[in-house]
Amino acid sequence: MTTALIDIHTGKKARVVKLVGGYGLQRRLRVLGIMEGKVIKVLTIQPFRGPIVIEIEGKQTTLGRGIAERVLVEAIA
Amino acid sequence: MKKILLMGNPNVGKSVVFSRLTGANVIISNYPGTTIDFTKGKMLLGGEKVEIIDPPGTYSLKHSDRAEEVAVRMLKEADLVINVVDATNLERNLFLTFELMEKKIPMIVALNLWDEAKHTGINIDVKRLEKTLGVPVVPTVALTGEGIKRLVEKTKEAKAPRIKRFTEKQRWAKIGKVIREVQKVKHKHHTFWERLADATIKPITGIPIALVVIFISFWIVRLIGENLIGYVFEPLFELYRPLAMGISSWLGPGFIHDVLIGKLIGGQIAYVESMGMLTTGLFVPLGMVLPYIISFYLMLGILEDSGYLPRLATLVDNVFHRLGMHGYGIVPVFLGLGCNVPGALSARILSTKKQRFIAATLLGIAVPCMAQIAMIFGILGTYGLRYIIMVFATLFVVYIIGGVLMNRFVRGESPEIFLEIPHYRKPSFRAVLKKTWMRIRWFLTEAIPWLFIGVVLVNILYSVGFLDWIGRIFAPVMEGWLGLPREATTALLVGFLRKDLAVGMLLPLGMSAMQLVIAATVLTIYFPCVATFAVMVKELGIKDMAKAAVIMIVTALVVGGLMRLLLIGV
Repeated sequence: MTTALIDIHTGKKARVVKLVGGYGLQRRLRVLGIMEGKVIKVLTIQPFRGPIVIEIEGKQTTLGRGIAERVLVEAIA
Repeated sequence: MKKILLMGNPNVGKSVVFSRLTGANVIISNYPGTTIDFTKGKMLLGGEKVEIIDPPGTYSLKHSDRAEEVAVRMLKEADLVINVVDATNLERNLFLTFELMEKKIPMIVALNLWDEAKHTGINIDVKRLEKTLGVPVVPTVALTGEGIKRLVEKTKEAKAPRIKRFTEKQRWAKIGKVIREVQKVKHKHHTFWERLADATIKPITGIPIALVVIFISFWIVRLIGENLIGYVFEPLFELYRPLAMGISSWLGPGFIHDVLIGKLIGGQIAYVESMGMLTTGLFVPLGMVLPYIISFYLMLGILEDSGYLPRLATLVDNVFHRLGMHGYGIVPVFLGLGCNVPGALSARILSTKKQRFIAATLLGIAVPCMAQIAMIFGILGTYGLRYIIMVFATLFVVYIIGGVLMNRFVRGESPEIFLEIPHYRKPSFRAVLKKTWMRIRWFLTEAIPWLFIGVVLVNILYSVGFLDWIGRIFAPVMEGWLGLPREATTALLVGFLRKDLAVGMLLPLGMSAMQLVIAATVLTIYFPCVATFAVMVKELGIKDMAKAAVIMIVTALVVGGLMRLLLIGV
């Protein structure tokens, strides 16, 4: 089932299905390794509407919630 | 002269490569965005002198912030491009590589952080990568210098790449194919240290750790600073005292004496109050400020090189986002606590005009530099820690309220945080010392001339009666509104040149502790020093700086007036 990255719980993994948003944002996502087919692990979700921290291929990235809403993923059991 | 341009993503070690190639000293750290402007250097290449340029890192040639814009602009003048690539992050780094290749400028690839890639189980087939890209590829470890010689030799073989233009989608597809061909990754389990590293970014453990880290950092800064003063600098100035007294009696009273030695207090030189070039002009920068500059930059260097700052930025993002910035807004604050000039420059790593305006304005208002902090400790320390805390607590509250208000009223966008977290690295002792030394040298060459000018100016303006006159004009504001003696106006005037000197000038005015608290706070808020002012004009533009200046002066008057009501009463 496809959901937004922001809905994945801490410690869970998901596979990127699609990026939504303008070309600029899509490029910024991809150059930081967030692209279709990659497996993302949600490391932390910061409280008080703070950003989330994800891990892709051993590399960590911080991204704001609004951005995480534009990354569509499929949860991996 | 031929121009060689270093291009690469942020935090891949471009500046380390630059410093290896040119022997030049540049500031390097372990967080994306350390280089905010380009650095130029020269080197000999095959007997020919060439210019090497190190612009800020960029993820792609379609820039998204001011620092990246610099890099893209520089590309037009380049004769040769050295594309520095992070070997531990090959796939995403190749996007810029392919974009660069389409520019058809002769190019060579430095596969940097080669050792770290091997450590993490990444294996890259260099020969094959070279063949696919059609340009020379050299593995390097810039920190140790490994591979740099070969990189220089190989520049001879650099040639304009032959490549057709891709659409973005095609480019990513091509990169995917290249990666599958040349890279093998061995799966590795998390080590103990990696789990510990994760603890510094998870809120439950990360926030207490951050508080401890900040507390310990400032404690060490104070410890080193106080000991340097007590055991090194003050004894040195006591040794110097007989000489200064000798000069004083040799000169005899007069204008020259006032400028060089200043006023004698009880027949003796008082290093803070005398206001002479050879007394206060030397003692304030060297005896009171330099020790703290040394200890502060030592600590900051360690924090920067370890890779902790991006994690701190992540933890504080929820606060900073409400202040109209994002988590990276903590970087100008940290750098600004050393000196506001690099602090104001580092506002560039924020993404929009609005964010940069807020970061720079708040920096000018509520972030005192180390020189000023040292002097505030110097003059208020004798009254007790709670007065010092009053100053900093007020500044903290002003920072928060100012940010919330500006977030509401400043027009423009404030995009969310989006930032790579580097791996922790053990700071290299040599690199930290070198960086500290560069920053200290900068302080010495920039600060002391302004201090001398300040001291001379005070003496001249005093003897022609200008200070009395300006004091009378501002008396209603000073006495009536802020509850300070009218002579404090002079300190505010001098504060434009050097704030540390200005704080020192408050001492002979015989104010109460509460008045000193108000004066020190107002002095911080009302206006940045001339060096910071110049940088802010350049960074924000005259119009925005004028707006910022109005905000600063209004804030100083409002905060100062409120403090007077709260601390002294009407």
